[in-house]
Amino acid sequence: MQEILNIFVKSIFVDNMIFAFFLGMCSYLAVSKTVKTSIGLGLAVIFVLLITVPVNYLIDNFLLKEGALAWISPKLAEIDLSYLSFIIFIAVIAAMVQLVEMFVEKTSPVLYAQLGIFLPLIAVNCAILGASLFMQERAYSNIGEVTAFAFGSGIGWFLAIVGIAAIREKLRYSQIPAPLKGLGITFIITGLMAIAFMSFLGIKL
Amino acid sequence: MAEINFKLIKNPLSKENPITVQVLGICSALAVTAKLEPAVVMSISVTVVIIMANLIISLLRKTIPSRIRIIVQLVIVSLLVILVDQVLKAFVYDVSKQLSVFVGLIITNCIVMGRLEAFAMSNKPFDSMLDGLGNGLGYAIILIVVGFVRELFGSGTLWDYPVIPQAFYDMGYQNNSLMIMPPMALILVGLIIWIQRSRNKELCEK
Repeated sequence: MQEILNIFVKSIFVDNMIFAFFLGMCSYLAVSKTVKTSIGLGLAVIFVLLITVPVNYLIDNFLLKEGALAWISPKLAEIDLSYLSFIIFIAVIAAMVQLVEMFVEKTSPVLYAQLGIFLPLIAVNCAILGASLFMQERAYSNIGEVTAFAFGSGIGWFLAIVGIAAIREKLRYSQIPAPLKGLGITFIITGLMAIAFMSFLGIKL
Repeated sequence: MAEINFKLIKNPLSKENPITVQVLGICSALAVTAKLEPAVVMSISVTVVIIMANLIISLLRKTIPSRIRIIVQLVIVSLLVILVDQVLKAFVYDVSKQLSVFVGLIITNCIVMGRLEAFAMSNKPFDSMLDGLGNGLGYAIILIVVGFVRELFGSGTLWDYPVIPQAFYDMGYQNNSLMIMPPMALILVGLIIWIQRSRNKELCEK
């Protein structure tokens, strides 16, 4: 249990998707103009991460890894399909996003109206594929840890995008040199926020 | 043989630069630039993937139904990335370890998808290849500049060869270890954007 909590806290603050690995920067820069839309996108990312990463974990462990097929018959134990993982992961993500979209549309029209535009965009958000690839690389030991990692990364991404959106709303009233306006200052502020997040380095529960 | 349209190669290098102007493919650009070598390897991989993907999509552009084009693009790009990944693992294993997940992330690199959508879906194969080459080089320039600055000031080396003489260290010079940390990549790109836009006023945002 403590290990799970540790992974959760670590993936929010220390291994923050944006500030430590720059994943999902494209949508982070494009959609962070107002707090309201950024909350919508942030929630959608948490949601999709929470579904796709555990699913990809199961696929990786029971189909792709070396020796993973042994549960079908011992003859298949030597097969290593891990070179297929990119294409399988991205297919799972695209399919899951489509399913989630259909599911949300049927069950909760209100949520669908809020997330509507962002859901299809998420399939090509690097944070989602990145989380699956990190999951594979770091070799978490069970599905509880993987879920904690996915949830933590999602929350970390959410915090980052809502934070920068709030700052950008205020920035509109400040005087910035013309060449730095918009993109330039957003980069530099993200850098400063990342320096602030560096103070969490080394935290362990 | 179609005439070579040099604009397609020249524009992405400066006023249509994929990173600083079109804001595509930032994720990987920042993460691999702590050292020069991974930055160069990454630039080459991305350039190869863009050129090939642009060519293939452009050849197929009339047969792809527009409703499922994203999926088709993703599949083609991920096939190319798998090839690149296997080649890197075979020939430059150390660098491939350093790049870790970022090779796989070329799939969702917005440069590739962005150029496929914006250019290859509506242009001839040869022009698309040139467009891919131009955008790959535009991406490479920024990566190499950032990688150069970060490695030089962060670890005092270039391509792992020490370039700052020992005498400097004896006099009290120290490497700026903040340069190797992720935040400096963001700030450096911010500064590059600042310099570029102050030299080219029409790029400024309102």
